[in-house]
Amino acid sequence: MAKLEVQHLSVHYAGRDGSGGTLALSDVNLALDPGDFVVALGASGCGKTTLLSCIAGFMPFSSGRILLDGTPVTGPGAERGVVFQKHALMPWLSVVENVEFGLRMRGMQKSQRRRIALAKLDAVGLAKFADSPVYQISGGMQQRVGLARALASDPEVMLMDEPLGALDALTREQQQELILRLWWQTRKMFFFITHSVEEALFLATELIVMTPSPGRIAHRYHVDFGRRFVECNDSRAVKSDPAFIGLREEVLQLIHSAPSAQEAA
Amino acid sequence: MNAPETLPASTPRESDAAAKPAPPMRHVSGYSVPGEGSSTLIAAVTVIGLLLAWWVATHNGWIRDLFLPTPERIIASFAEAWKGEIQGGRPLAEHFGWSLLRVFAAFALACVTAIPIGIAMGVSRIARGIFDPPIEFYRPLPPLAYLPLIVIWFGIEETAKIVLIYLACFAPLAMAARAGVKSVSIEQINAAYSLGASKWQVIRHVVIPASMPEIFTGMRISIGFGWTTLVAAEMVAATAGLGQMVLNASNFLRTDVVIMGIVVIGIVAYAFDLLMRYVERAFVPWKGKA
Repeated sequence: MAKLEVQHLSVHYAGRDGSGGTLALSDVNLALDPGDFVVALGASGCGKTTLLSCIAGFMPFSSGRILLDGTPVTGPGAERGVVFQKHALMPWLSVVENVEFGLRMRGMQKSQRRRIALAKLDAVGLAKFADSPVYQISGGMQQRVGLARALASDPEVMLMDEPLGALDALTREQQQELILRLWWQTRKMFFFITHSVEEALFLATELIVMTPSPGRIAHRYHVDFGRRFVECNDSRAVKSDPAFIGLREEVLQLIHSAPSAQEAA
Repeated sequence: MNAPETLPASTPRESDAAAKPAPPMRHVSGYSVPGEGSSTLIAAVTVIGLLLAWWVATHNGWIRDLFLPTPERIIASFAEAWKGEIQGGRPLAEHFGWSLLRVFAAFALACVTAIPIGIAMGVSRIARGIFDPPIEFYRPLPPLAYLPLIVIWFGIEETAKIVLIYLACFAPLAMAARAGVKSVSIEQINAAYSLGASKWQVIRHVVIPASMPEIFTGMRISIGFGWTTLVAAEMVAATAGLGQMVLNASNFLRTDVVIMGIVVIGIVAYAFDLLMRYVERAFVPWKGKA
Protein backbone atom coordinates (compact mmCIF):
# COMPACT_ATOMS: atom_id res chain seq x y z
CA MET A 1 0.00 0.00 0.00
CA ALA A 2 1.32 3.41 -1.00
CA LYS A 3 2.37 5.65 1.82
CA LEU A 4 4.08 9.03 2.00
CA GLU A 5 6.27 9.66 5.01
CA VAL A 6 8.07 12.88 5.93
CA GLN A 7 10.50 12.21 8.76
CA HIS A 8 12.38 14.85 10.78
CA LEU A 9 12.54 17.14 7.76
CA SER A 10 14.56 20.34 8.19
CA VAL A 11 15.47 22.96 5.62
CA HIS A 12 18.08 25.55 6.42
CA TYR A 13 18.47 28.31 3.85
CA ALA A 14 22.02 29.64 3.65
CA GLY A 15 22.48 33.32 4.47
CA ARG A 16 23.83 35.64 1.84
CA ASP A 17 27.42 35.39 3.15
CA GLY A 18 27.16 31.71 4.04
CA SER A 19 26.53 32.33 7.73
CA GLY A 20 23.31 32.92 9.63
CA GLY A 21 20.50 32.04 7.25
CA THR A 22 17.01 30.97 8.18
CA LEU A 23 15.49 27.74 9.37
CA ALA A 24 12.60 27.41 6.92
CA LEU A 25 11.49 24.03 8.24
CA SER A 26 12.35 22.49 11.57
CA ASP A 27 11.81 18.79 12.31
CA VAL A 28 8.60 18.29 10.35
CA ASN A 29 6.94 14.88 10.58
CA LEU A 30 4.02 13.84 8.45
CA ALA A 31 2.49 10.62 7.21
CA LEU A 32 -0.11 10.17 4.49
CA ASP A 33 -2.07 7.07 3.55
CA PRO A 34 -4.25 6.73 0.45
CA GLY A 35 -7.43 8.69 0.96
CA ASP A 36 -5.79 11.20 3.31
CA PHE A 37 -6.31 14.85 2.50
CA VAL A 38 -3.71 16.84 4.40
CA VAL A 39 -4.07 20.61 4.29
CA ALA A 40 -1.23 22.85 5.45
CA LEU A 41 -2.43 26.18 6.75
CA GLY A 42 -0.37 29.10 7.93
CA ALA A 43 0.76 32.67 7.39
CA SER A 44 3.33 33.59 4.74
CA GLY A 45 6.80 32.42 5.65
CA CYS A 46 5.69 29.45 7.73
CA GLY A 47 7.42 27.04 5.37
CA LYS A 48 4.38 25.36 3.83
CA THR A 49 5.50 25.96 0.25
CA THR A 50 9.00 24.79 1.21
CA LEU A 51 7.48 21.58 2.58
CA LEU A 52 5.56 21.00 -0.66
CA SER A 53 8.64 21.75 -2.78
CA CYS A 54 10.62 19.19 -0.79
CA ILE A 55 7.95 16.50 -1.24
CA ALA A 56 7.69 17.34 -4.96
CA GLY A 57 11.48 17.01 -5.23
CA PHE A 58 12.02 20.57 -6.47
CA MET A 59 14.07 21.54 -3.43
CA PRO A 60 16.83 19.70 -1.57
CA PHE A 61 16.53 19.54 2.21
CA SER A 62 19.11 19.84 4.98
CA SER A 63 18.22 16.83 7.08
CA GLY A 64 15.56 14.18 7.52
CA ARG A 65 14.01 12.10 4.78
CA ILE A 66 10.94 11.77 2.60
CA LEU A 67 9.79 8.29 1.67
CA LEU A 68 7.17 7.29 -0.87
CA ASP A 69 6.39 3.57 -0.58
CA GLY A 70 9.63 3.29 1.35
CA THR A 71 11.69 4.78 -1.48
CA PRO A 72 13.52 8.03 -0.68
CA VAL A 73 12.50 11.09 -2.71
CA THR A 74 15.52 12.52 -4.51
CA GLY A 75 13.94 14.64 -7.25
CA PRO A 76 10.70 15.35 -9.12
CA GLY A 77 8.78 12.39 -10.45
CA ALA A 78 5.49 11.51 -12.09
CA GLU A 79 4.26 9.58 -9.03
CA ARG A 80 3.88 12.96 -7.32
CA GLY A 81 1.60 15.23 -9.37
CA VAL A 82 1.82 18.96 -8.70
CA VAL A 83 -0.79 21.67 -9.20
CA PHE A 84 0.73 25.13 -9.06
CA GLN A 85 -0.46 28.45 -7.73
CA LYS A 86 -0.03 29.89 -11.18
CA HIS A 87 -1.37 27.23 -13.50
CA ALA A 88 2.05 26.83 -15.27
CA LEU A 89 0.45 25.48 -18.44
CA MET A 90 2.24 25.53 -21.79
CA PRO A 91 0.54 28.23 -23.90
CA TRP A 92 1.85 26.73 -27.16
CA LEU A 93 -0.19 23.57 -26.54
CA SER A 94 -3.96 23.21 -26.65
CA VAL A 95 -5.92 22.22 -23.55
CA VAL A 96 -5.85 18.50 -24.33
CA GLU A 97 -2.19 18.60 -25.37
CA ASN A 98 -1.36 20.15 -22.01
CA VAL A 99 -3.21 17.37 -20.21
CA GLU A 100 -1.42 14.64 -22.16
CA PHE A 101 2.01 16.33 -21.81
CA GLY A 102 3.27 13.98 -19.09
CA LEU A 103 2.10 10.86 -20.94
CA ARG A 104 3.80 12.09 -24.11
CA MET A 105 7.05 12.66 -22.20
CA ARG A 106 6.93 9.04 -21.12
CA GLY A 107 6.46 7.86 -24.68
CA MET A 108 2.82 6.77 -24.62
CA GLN A 109 1.17 6.32 -28.02
CA LYS A 110 -0.91 9.21 -29.24
CA SER A 111 -4.29 7.48 -29.41
CA GLN A 112 -3.90 6.02 -25.95
CA ARG A 113 -2.75 9.24 -24.28
CA ARG A 114 -5.44 11.25 -26.04
CA ARG A 115 -8.08 8.91 -24.64
CA ILE A 116 -6.74 9.29 -21.08
CA ALA A 117 -6.42 13.07 -21.42
CA LEU A 118 -10.00 13.42 -22.68
CA ALA A 119 -11.26 11.29 -19.80
CA LYS A 120 -9.45 13.53 -17.28
CA LEU A 121 -10.78 16.66 -18.99
CA ASP A 122 -14.24 15.18 -18.72
CA ALA A 123 -13.65 14.58 -15.00
CA VAL A 124 -12.94 18.29 -14.47
CA GLY A 125 -15.80 19.34 -16.76
CA LEU A 126 -13.73 20.70 -19.62
CA ALA A 127 -14.30 18.10 -22.35
CA LYS A 128 -15.84 20.77 -24.57
CA PHE A 129 -12.67 22.88 -24.42
CA ALA A 130 -10.20 20.14 -25.38
CA ASP A 131 -9.03 21.89 -28.54
CA SER A 132 -9.11 25.46 -27.20
CA PRO A 133 -5.86 27.35 -26.74
CA VAL A 134 -5.12 27.58 -23.01
CA TYR A 135 -4.73 31.35 -23.11
CA GLN A 136 -8.31 31.79 -24.25
CA ILE A 137 -9.99 30.10 -21.29
CA SER A 138 -10.65 31.65 -17.88
CA GLY A 139 -8.34 31.45 -14.88
CA GLY A 140 -10.60 28.94 -13.12
CA MET A 141 -10.65 26.74 -16.21
CA GLN A 142 -6.87 26.98 -16.53
CA GLN A 143 -6.54 25.71 -12.96
CA ARG A 144 -8.82 22.79 -13.83
CA VAL A 145 -6.59 21.99 -16.81
CA GLY A 146 -3.66 21.99 -14.37
CA LEU A 147 -5.60 19.56 -12.18
CA ALA A 148 -6.43 17.28 -15.13
CA ARG A 149 -2.80 17.40 -16.25
CA ALA A 150 -1.57 16.23 -12.84
CA LEU A 151 -4.26 13.51 -12.69
CA ALA A 152 -3.47 12.23 -16.18
CA SER A 153 -0.18 10.74 -14.95
CA ASP A 154 -2.18 8.82 -12.31
CA PRO A 155 0.13 9.91 -9.46
CA GLU A 156 0.00 8.40 -5.99
CA VAL A 157 0.14 11.83 -4.36
CA MET A 158 -1.39 15.10 -5.50
CA LEU A 159 0.53 18.15 -4.28
CA MET A 160 -1.37 21.40 -4.55
CA ASP A 161 0.28 24.74 -3.83
CA GLU A 162 -2.50 27.28 -3.19
CA PRO A 163 -4.15 26.31 -6.47
CA LEU A 164 -7.26 28.39 -5.75
CA GLY A 165 -5.52 31.46 -4.36
CA ALA A 166 -5.98 33.62 -7.45
CA LEU A 167 -9.63 32.75 -8.10
CA ASP A 168 -12.73 34.74 -7.22
CA ALA A 169 -14.83 33.53 -4.28
CA LEU A 170 -17.58 31.86 -6.33
CA THR A 171 -15.21 29.98 -8.65
CA ARG A 172 -13.12 29.04 -5.65
CA GLU A 173 -16.00 27.29 -3.91
CA GLN A 174 -16.89 25.38 -7.07
CA GLN A 175 -13.28 24.25 -7.43
CA GLN A 176 -13.17 23.13 -3.80
CA GLU A 177 -16.15 20.90 -4.44
CA LEU A 178 -14.57 19.57 -7.63
CA ILE A 179 -11.33 18.77 -5.81
CA LEU A 180 -13.21 16.95 -3.05
CA ARG A 181 -15.11 14.85 -5.60
CA LEU A 182 -11.91 13.98 -7.44
CA TRP A 183 -10.25 13.07 -4.15
CA TRP A 184 -13.17 10.88 -3.20
CA GLN A 185 -13.25 9.11 -6.58
CA THR A 186 -9.51 8.52 -6.84
CA ARG A 187 -8.72 7.85 -3.17
CA LYS A 188 -5.27 9.30 -3.72
CA MET A 189 -3.17 11.11 -1.13
CA PHE A 190 -3.75 14.85 -1.35
CA PHE A 191 -1.48 17.49 0.13
CA PHE A 192 -2.93 20.97 -0.19
CA ILE A 193 -1.65 24.39 0.84
CA THR A 194 -3.88 27.35 1.56
CA HIS A 195 -4.16 30.67 3.40
CA SER A 196 -7.87 30.26 3.91
CA VAL A 197 -9.04 28.70 7.18
CA GLU A 198 -12.47 27.93 5.76
CA GLU A 199 -11.01 26.23 2.68
CA ALA A 200 -8.63 24.22 4.88
CA LEU A 201 -11.37 22.97 7.17
CA PHE A 202 -13.70 22.17 4.30
CA LEU A 203 -11.17 20.07 2.38
CA ALA A 204 -8.99 18.42 5.01
CA THR A 205 -9.09 15.06 6.67
CA GLU A 206 -6.01 16.22 8.52
CA LEU A 207 -5.34 19.90 9.02
CA ILE A 208 -1.84 21.00 10.00
CA VAL A 209 -1.37 24.55 11.22
CA MET A 210 2.15 25.78 10.63
CA THR A 211 3.95 28.67 12.32
CA PRO A 212 7.02 30.56 11.09
CA SER A 213 10.53 31.12 12.46
CA PRO A 214 11.33 28.32 12.44
CA GLY A 215 8.71 26.78 10.13
CA ARG A 216 7.10 23.90 11.97
CA ILE A 217 3.79 22.14 12.51
CA ALA A 218 2.23 23.74 15.58
CA HIS A 219 -1.19 22.06 15.63
CA ARG A 220 -2.97 19.15 14.04
CA TYR A 221 -6.69 18.61 13.66
CA HIS A 222 -8.55 15.61 12.34
CA VAL A 223 -11.67 16.79 10.58
CA ASP A 224 -14.26 15.23 8.29
CA PHE A 225 -16.22 18.10 6.73
CA GLY A 226 -14.98 17.17 3.26
CA ARG A 227 -16.28 13.64 3.64
CA ARG A 228 -19.58 15.01 4.87
CA PHE A 229 -19.80 17.20 1.79
CA VAL A 230 -19.20 14.24 -0.50
CA GLU A 231 -22.00 12.37 1.23
CA CYS A 232 -24.60 15.17 1.35
CA ASN A 233 -23.36 17.25 -1.64
CA ASP A 234 -24.38 20.48 0.09
CA SER A 235 -21.43 22.69 0.88
CA ARG A 236 -23.57 25.43 2.43
CA ALA A 237 -24.96 22.97 4.97
CA VAL A 238 -21.46 21.81 5.86
CA LYS A 239 -20.01 25.29 6.10
CA SER A 240 -22.88 26.66 8.19
CA ASP A 241 -22.76 23.75 10.64
CA PRO A 242 -22.05 25.11 14.16
CA ALA A 243 -19.22 22.58 14.52
CA PHE A 244 -17.61 23.97 11.36
CA ILE A 245 -18.02 27.58 12.48
CA GLY A 246 -16.72 26.81 15.97
CA LEU A 247 -13.62 25.10 14.65
CA ARG A 248 -13.07 27.87 12.12
CA GLU A 249 -13.05 30.46 14.91
CA GLU A 250 -10.73 28.31 16.99
CA VAL A 251 -8.20 27.95 14.17
CA LEU A 252 -8.44 31.64 13.27
CA GLN A 253 -7.74 32.48 16.93
CA LEU A 254 -4.69 30.20 16.82
CA ILE A 255 -3.31 31.85 13.68
CA HIS A 256 -3.89 35.38 14.93
CA SER A 257 -2.22 34.67 18.28
CA ALA A 258 0.85 33.13 16.63
CA PRO A 259 3.71 35.56 15.97
CA SER A 260 4.04 36.45 12.30
CA ALA A 261 7.26 35.97 10.39
CA GLN A 262 8.05 39.69 10.47
CA GLU A 263 7.53 40.09 14.22
CA ALA A 264 9.56 37.03 15.10
CA ALA A 265 12.45 37.89 12.80
CA MET B 1 -33.42 40.60 9.13
CA ASN B 2 -35.33 42.31 6.35
CA ALA B 3 -36.35 40.43 3.28
CA PRO B 4 -34.42 41.74 0.27
CA GLU B 5 -36.37 43.61 -2.34
CA THR B 6 -36.38 41.74 -5.61
CA LEU B 7 -36.02 44.08 -8.58
CA PRO B 8 -37.40 43.43 -12.06
CA ALA B 9 -34.93 42.94 -14.85
CA SER B 10 -35.96 45.96 -16.96
CA THR B 11 -34.57 49.17 -15.51
CA PRO B 12 -36.56 52.09 -17.04
CA ARG B 13 -39.87 52.64 -15.30
CA GLU B 14 -43.00 52.34 -17.49
CA SER B 15 -44.22 55.81 -16.52
CA ASP B 16 -40.88 57.41 -17.48
CA ALA B 17 -40.91 55.69 -20.83
CA ALA B 18 -44.38 56.99 -21.51
CA ALA B 19 -43.49 60.57 -20.56
CA LYS B 20 -40.58 60.95 -22.97
CA PRO B 21 -38.73 58.58 -25.33
CA ALA B 22 -35.46 57.34 -23.88
CA PRO B 23 -32.41 59.03 -25.39
CA PRO B 24 -30.36 56.75 -27.67
CA MET B 25 -27.86 54.63 -25.72
CA ARG B 26 -24.37 56.11 -25.89
CA HIS B 27 -21.68 53.66 -27.00
CA VAL B 28 -18.71 53.43 -24.71
CA SER B 29 -15.40 51.68 -25.13
CA GLY B 30 -13.61 50.40 -22.03
CA TYR B 31 -10.81 52.06 -20.16
CA SER B 32 -8.12 53.84 -22.14
CA VAL B 33 -4.38 53.42 -21.78
CA PRO B 34 -1.77 55.92 -23.02
CA GLY B 35 -0.93 55.32 -26.68
CA GLU B 36 -3.90 53.15 -27.55
CA GLY B 37 -5.87 53.36 -30.79
CA SER B 38 -4.90 53.14 -34.44
CA SER B 39 -2.16 55.40 -35.79
CA THR B 40 -2.61 54.37 -39.44
CA LEU B 41 -4.36 57.56 -40.55
CA ILE B 42 -1.78 59.81 -38.87
CA ALA B 43 1.03 57.75 -40.40
CA ALA B 44 -0.53 58.10 -43.87
CA VAL B 45 -0.89 61.87 -43.42
CA THR B 46 2.77 62.11 -42.33
CA VAL B 47 3.99 60.18 -45.38
CA ILE B 48 1.87 62.19 -47.80
CA GLY B 49 2.94 65.42 -46.08
CA LEU B 50 6.62 64.56 -46.43
CA LEU B 51 6.23 63.61 -50.11
CA LEU B 52 4.31 66.81 -50.75
CA ALA B 53 6.98 68.93 -49.02
CA TRP B 54 9.60 67.18 -51.15
CA TRP B 55 7.66 67.86 -54.34
CA VAL B 56 7.06 71.52 -53.48
CA ALA B 57 10.65 72.16 -52.36
CA THR B 58 12.20 70.62 -55.48
CA HIS B 59 9.76 72.10 -58.00
CA ASN B 60 10.19 75.62 -56.65
CA GLY B 61 13.95 75.30 -56.90
CA TRP B 62 14.47 75.72 -53.14
CA ILE B 63 16.85 72.76 -53.16
CA ARG B 64 19.33 72.12 -55.95
CA ASP B 65 18.92 68.99 -58.03
CA LEU B 66 22.33 67.72 -56.93
CA PHE B 67 21.22 67.55 -53.30
CA LEU B 68 17.65 66.42 -53.79
CA PRO B 69 16.19 65.58 -57.20
CA THR B 70 12.46 65.72 -57.82
CA PRO B 71 10.27 62.71 -57.00
CA GLU B 72 9.60 62.19 -60.70
CA ARG B 73 13.35 62.02 -61.35
CA ILE B 74 13.64 59.21 -58.78
CA ILE B 75 10.87 57.27 -60.53
CA ALA B 76 12.56 57.88 -63.87
CA SER B 77 15.89 56.63 -62.51
CA PHE B 78 14.08 53.53 -61.25
CA ALA B 79 12.87 52.91 -64.80
CA GLU B 80 16.38 53.49 -66.18
CA ALA B 81 17.93 51.22 -63.59
CA TRP B 82 15.32 48.57 -64.33
CA LYS B 83 16.46 48.51 -67.96
CA GLY B 84 20.16 48.66 -66.95
CA GLU B 85 20.67 52.17 -68.37
CA ILE B 86 22.81 53.34 -65.45
CA GLN B 87 26.52 53.30 -64.65
CA GLY B 88 27.75 49.70 -64.79
CA GLY B 89 25.04 48.64 -67.19
CA ARG B 90 23.47 46.00 -64.98
CA PRO B 91 19.68 45.91 -64.61
CA LEU B 92 18.21 46.64 -61.18
CA ALA B 93 16.92 43.08 -60.86
CA GLU B 94 20.47 41.79 -60.96
CA HIS B 95 21.66 44.20 -58.25
CA PHE B 96 18.62 43.29 -56.23
CA GLY B 97 19.18 39.55 -56.69
CA TRP B 98 22.78 39.68 -55.52
CA SER B 99 21.94 41.73 -52.44
CA LEU B 100 19.04 39.49 -51.56
CA LEU B 101 21.24 36.43 -51.94
CA ARG B 102 23.94 37.87 -49.67
CA VAL B 103 21.57 39.09 -46.94
CA PHE B 104 19.50 35.92 -46.88
CA ALA B 105 22.46 33.55 -47.07
CA ALA B 106 24.00 35.36 -44.10
CA PHE B 107 20.67 35.48 -42.25
CA ALA B 108 19.96 31.80 -42.83
CA LEU B 109 23.45 30.93 -41.61
CA ALA B 110 22.91 33.12 -38.56
CA CYS B 111 19.58 31.39 -37.80
CA VAL B 112 21.02 27.87 -37.90
CA THR B 113 24.01 28.82 -35.72
CA ALA B 114 22.93 31.69 -33.44
CA ILE B 115 19.64 30.14 -32.29
CA PRO B 116 21.18 26.84 -31.06
CA ILE B 117 24.16 28.68 -29.55
CA GLY B 118 21.92 31.21 -27.80
CA ILE B 119 19.75 28.42 -26.40
CA ALA B 120 22.86 26.53 -25.30
CA MET B 121 24.09 29.69 -23.57
CA GLY B 122 20.79 29.92 -21.75
CA VAL B 123 20.69 26.33 -20.54
CA SER B 124 24.37 25.54 -20.01
CA ARG B 125 26.93 27.23 -17.78
CA ILE B 126 29.72 25.82 -19.95
CA ALA B 127 28.30 27.12 -23.25
CA ARG B 128 27.73 30.51 -21.65
CA GLY B 129 31.35 30.59 -20.45
CA ILE B 130 32.64 29.72 -23.92
CA PHE B 131 30.49 31.97 -26.10
CA ASP B 132 29.79 34.96 -23.88
CA PRO B 133 33.23 36.70 -24.02
CA PRO B 134 33.71 36.65 -27.82
CA ILE B 135 30.13 37.66 -28.56
CA GLU B 136 30.08 40.43 -25.98
CA PHE B 137 33.43 41.69 -27.31
CA TYR B 138 32.58 41.90 -31.00
CA ARG B 139 28.88 42.74 -30.64
CA PRO B 140 29.27 46.52 -30.07
CA LEU B 141 31.96 46.90 -32.75
CA PRO B 142 30.87 48.69 -35.96
CA PRO B 143 31.12 46.25 -38.92
CA LEU B 144 33.22 48.81 -40.80
CA ALA B 145 35.88 48.50 -38.08
CA TYR B 146 36.47 44.82 -38.71
CA LEU B 147 35.72 44.86 -42.44
CA PRO B 148 39.45 45.17 -43.36
CA LEU B 149 40.22 42.13 -41.23
CA ILE B 150 37.44 40.15 -42.89
CA VAL B 151 38.85 41.09 -46.30
CA ILE B 152 42.35 39.99 -45.25
CA TRP B 153 41.04 36.68 -43.96
CA PHE B 154 38.38 35.84 -46.51
CA GLY B 155 39.49 37.76 -49.60
CA ILE B 156 37.28 40.00 -51.68
CA GLU B 157 34.89 37.38 -53.02
CA GLU B 158 31.37 36.53 -51.86
CA THR B 159 32.61 34.78 -48.70
CA ALA B 160 33.85 38.01 -47.13
CA LYS B 161 30.58 39.81 -47.84
CA ILE B 162 28.45 37.04 -46.43
CA VAL B 163 30.70 36.70 -43.37
CA LEU B 164 30.38 40.41 -42.62
CA ILE B 165 26.58 40.37 -42.84
CA TYR B 166 26.49 37.07 -40.95
CA LEU B 167 28.45 38.57 -38.04
CA ALA B 168 26.05 41.51 -37.91
CA CYS B 169 23.05 39.12 -37.83
CA PHE B 170 24.57 36.62 -35.39
CA ALA B 171 25.00 38.60 -32.17
CA PRO B 172 21.47 40.03 -31.75
CA LEU B 173 19.93 36.66 -32.61
CA ALA B 174 22.11 34.75 -30.14
CA MET B 175 21.33 37.31 -27.43
CA ALA B 176 17.60 37.03 -28.15
CA ALA B 177 17.64 33.22 -27.98
CA ARG B 178 19.53 33.37 -24.70
CA ALA B 179 17.07 35.91 -23.27
CA GLY B 180 14.21 33.71 -24.48
CA VAL B 181 15.50 30.79 -22.43
CA LYS B 182 15.54 33.03 -19.37
CA SER B 183 11.90 33.94 -19.95
CA VAL B 184 10.67 30.41 -19.21
CA SER B 185 8.91 30.34 -15.86
CA ILE B 186 10.29 28.08 -13.15
CA GLU B 187 6.75 26.74 -12.64
CA GLN B 188 6.62 25.52 -16.25
CA ILE B 189 9.96 23.76 -15.84
CA ASN B 190 8.97 22.24 -12.49
CA ALA B 191 5.62 21.19 -13.95
CA ALA B 192 7.38 19.33 -16.76
CA TYR B 193 9.78 17.63 -14.32
CA SER B 194 6.93 16.58 -12.05
CA LEU B 195 5.17 15.08 -15.07
CA GLY B 196 8.18 12.83 -15.60
CA ALA B 197 10.12 14.78 -18.24
CA SER B 198 13.91 14.38 -18.46
CA LYS B 199 16.28 17.32 -18.62
CA TRP B 200 16.53 17.02 -22.42
CA GLN B 201 12.78 16.79 -22.75
CA VAL B 202 12.40 19.94 -20.65
CA ILE B 203 14.77 21.76 -23.03
CA ARG B 204 13.11 20.36 -26.14
CA HIS B 205 9.44 20.62 -25.08
CA VAL B 206 9.40 23.55 -22.65
CA VAL B 207 12.46 25.79 -22.96
CA ILE B 208 12.60 25.98 -26.76
CA PRO B 209 8.88 26.58 -27.38
CA ALA B 210 8.81 29.15 -24.57
CA SER B 211 11.77 30.97 -26.16
CA MET B 212 10.11 31.24 -29.57
CA PRO B 213 8.55 34.71 -29.10
CA GLU B 214 11.92 36.19 -28.14
CA ILE B 215 13.63 34.30 -30.96
CA PHE B 216 11.18 35.74 -33.50
CA THR B 217 11.85 39.24 -32.17
CA GLY B 218 15.56 38.48 -32.42
CA MET B 219 15.14 37.34 -36.03
CA ARG B 220 13.44 40.60 -36.94
CA ILE B 221 16.18 42.65 -35.28
CA SER B 222 18.83 40.42 -36.84
CA ILE B 223 17.65 40.76 -40.45
CA GLY B 224 17.47 44.52 -39.84
CA PHE B 225 21.15 44.49 -38.87
CA GLY B 226 21.80 42.46 -42.03
CA TRP B 227 20.29 45.15 -44.27
CA THR B 228 22.18 47.92 -42.47
CA THR B 229 25.46 46.08 -43.02
CA LEU B 230 24.74 45.38 -46.70
CA VAL B 231 26.25 48.61 -48.05
CA ALA B 232 29.39 48.14 -45.96
CA ALA B 233 29.71 44.57 -47.26
CA GLU B 234 29.36 45.68 -50.86
CA MET B 235 31.96 48.46 -50.50
CA VAL B 236 34.81 46.12 -51.37
CA ALA B 237 35.14 44.73 -54.87
CA ALA B 238 31.48 44.21 -55.59
CA THR B 239 30.31 44.51 -59.19
CA ALA B 240 26.64 44.07 -58.42
CA GLY B 241 24.33 44.65 -55.48
CA LEU B 242 22.07 47.42 -54.25
CA GLY B 243 24.77 48.76 -51.93
CA GLN B 244 27.32 48.74 -54.72
CA MET B 245 24.83 50.46 -57.04
CA VAL B 246 24.31 53.25 -54.49
CA LEU B 247 28.04 53.69 -53.82
CA ASN B 248 28.83 53.70 -57.52
CA ALA B 249 26.11 56.26 -58.22
CA SER B 250 27.43 58.54 -55.49
CA ASN B 251 30.86 58.52 -57.18
CA PHE B 252 29.15 59.96 -60.27
CA LEU B 253 26.97 62.36 -58.23
CA ARG B 254 23.84 60.56 -59.43
CA THR B 255 21.82 61.59 -56.38
CA ASP B 256 18.64 60.26 -58.01
CA VAL B 257 20.05 56.73 -58.24
CA VAL B 258 21.38 56.98 -54.67
CA ILE B 259 17.94 57.88 -53.33
CA MET B 260 16.23 55.29 -55.53
CA GLY B 261 18.60 52.59 -54.19
CA ILE B 262 17.96 53.64 -50.60
CA VAL B 263 14.21 53.53 -51.16
CA VAL B 264 14.43 50.05 -52.72
CA ILE B 265 16.47 48.73 -49.78
CA GLY B 266 14.02 50.33 -47.34
CA ILE B 267 10.97 48.86 -49.06
CA VAL B 268 12.47 45.36 -49.27
CA ALA B 269 13.55 45.42 -45.61
CA TYR B 270 10.13 46.66 -44.53
CA ALA B 271 8.31 44.08 -46.66
CA PHE B 272 10.37 41.32 -45.10
CA ASP B 273 9.63 42.64 -41.62
CA LEU B 274 5.91 42.53 -42.41
CA LEU B 275 6.33 38.93 -43.57
CA MET B 276 8.16 38.08 -40.34
CA ARG B 277 5.38 39.63 -38.26
CA TYR B 278 2.86 37.52 -40.14
CA VAL B 279 4.92 34.36 -39.58
CA GLU B 280 5.27 35.33 -35.90
CA ARG B 281 1.50 35.63 -35.48
CA ALA B 282 1.03 32.26 -37.17
CA PHE B 283 3.69 30.46 -35.11
CA VAL B 284 3.40 32.09 -31.69
CA PRO B 285 -0.18 33.33 -31.42
CA TRP B 286 0.14 33.06 -27.64
CA LYS B 287 2.86 35.73 -27.50
CA GLY B 288 2.14 38.20 -24.72
CA LYS B 289 -0.93 36.27 -23.59
CA ALA B 290 0.54 33.83 -21.12
